[in-house]
Amino acid sequence: MIIFWAYISAIGLISIGIYGLLMKRHAFKLIISLGLISTGVNLLLISIGYIIGGTAPIYPKNLNISAPMVDPLPQALVLTAIVIETAILAAALSLAILMHREYGTLDVRVIWRRLR
Amino acid sequence: MIIRRIFAALFAIFFFISAYVLIADIGFGNNKMDDLVGKYYIENTIKDTTALNVVSTVVVNYRGLDTLGEVTVLFVASVSVGVLMARFKGSKLWNVSTTPIHITAGRILFPLIWIFGAYIFVHRHLTPGGWFPGGAVIASGVLLLMLAFKDYLPSSKLITFSESISGSLYVLVGLIGLAIGGYFLYDFVYRTYGIGTIGTLISGGFIPIVYTIIGVKDGVELSGILHHLSRDDTE
Repeated sequence: MIIFWAYISAIGLISIGIYGLLMKRHAFKLIISLGLISTGVNLLLISIGYIIGGTAPIYPKNLNISAPMVDPLPQALVLTAIVIETAILAAALSLAILMHREYGTLDVRVIWRRLR
Repeated sequence: MIIRRIFAALFAIFFFISAYVLIADIGFGNNKMDDLVGKYYIENTIKDTTALNVVSTVVVNYRGLDTLGEVTVLFVASVSVGVLMARFKGSKLWNVSTTPIHITAGRILFPLIWIFGAYIFVHRHLTPGGWFPGGAVIASGVLLLMLAFKDYLPSSKLITFSESISGSLYVLVGLIGLAIGGYFLYDFVYRTYGIGTIGTLISGGFIPIVYTIIGVKDGVELSGILHHLSRDDTE
């Protein structure tokens, strides 16, 4: 049952992120929406690899495992994705700081109007 | 405005329903390991590397080149943040007043935070963790110092120096593998010399070496990003 809710909340997070990207016009909220989307994708990948009743893919010292291990490949993939998400967020935040210095606001609609 | 809101909400709901319908057939929670590559990783990780943690084996051994690319992505992000913020020459963004609580906590907690961060990535082949969480913990120690002591800033030269040294060391380890074993990022420590007993710190082939190198690189890079983001020219 818990895996069902993990999957529902993963696509729910992605949907909320898409709504925020379409609707919000504060640059910082757009960046938060990007973060929500990537968190949702990570949760979806992890829940694809999950097995009900499975253990983490780490052997105990005596190498006896009682339950089947979950798939290690999505977990390694998500480790990579987290790093790249952080890199994107850091670059986007520095761009937002530059935007605020340049235009005095973070409202993308005001900036767009001023550019035209 | 209200029309935009309605359309955005409709689009999000449409995405939710279609994703729900499309992905539901994957079979969440079922054991489908029989025809997946993950089965090979789980069965052969002890034999191939003597590391207990399968995920670290996947990250460093089976998919080592991907990790090199990942480290490169983080490096490029750190450089781009540095380039974007280069026009601000001032020192501090936080003009909050530091309290004795900050300073005392910084003095006592800072070494412990760094030891914990180093523990996370050095013991990666035995316990959960990773180089990114370890590096993030180290960078949080730097952040604590920056908040506690107002005139402290991590030195730019030191950051650039250790960033490039640890990045080159990772490639150097890969090249040593190429020279000894015949392909890039070959696990020469266990495969060629057979060093390591299962379940101890000295095990897992070259996983602890690689993790220490990229853990240090990651901590330094995140500290550099913090340093660049805290720049200000309003002084």
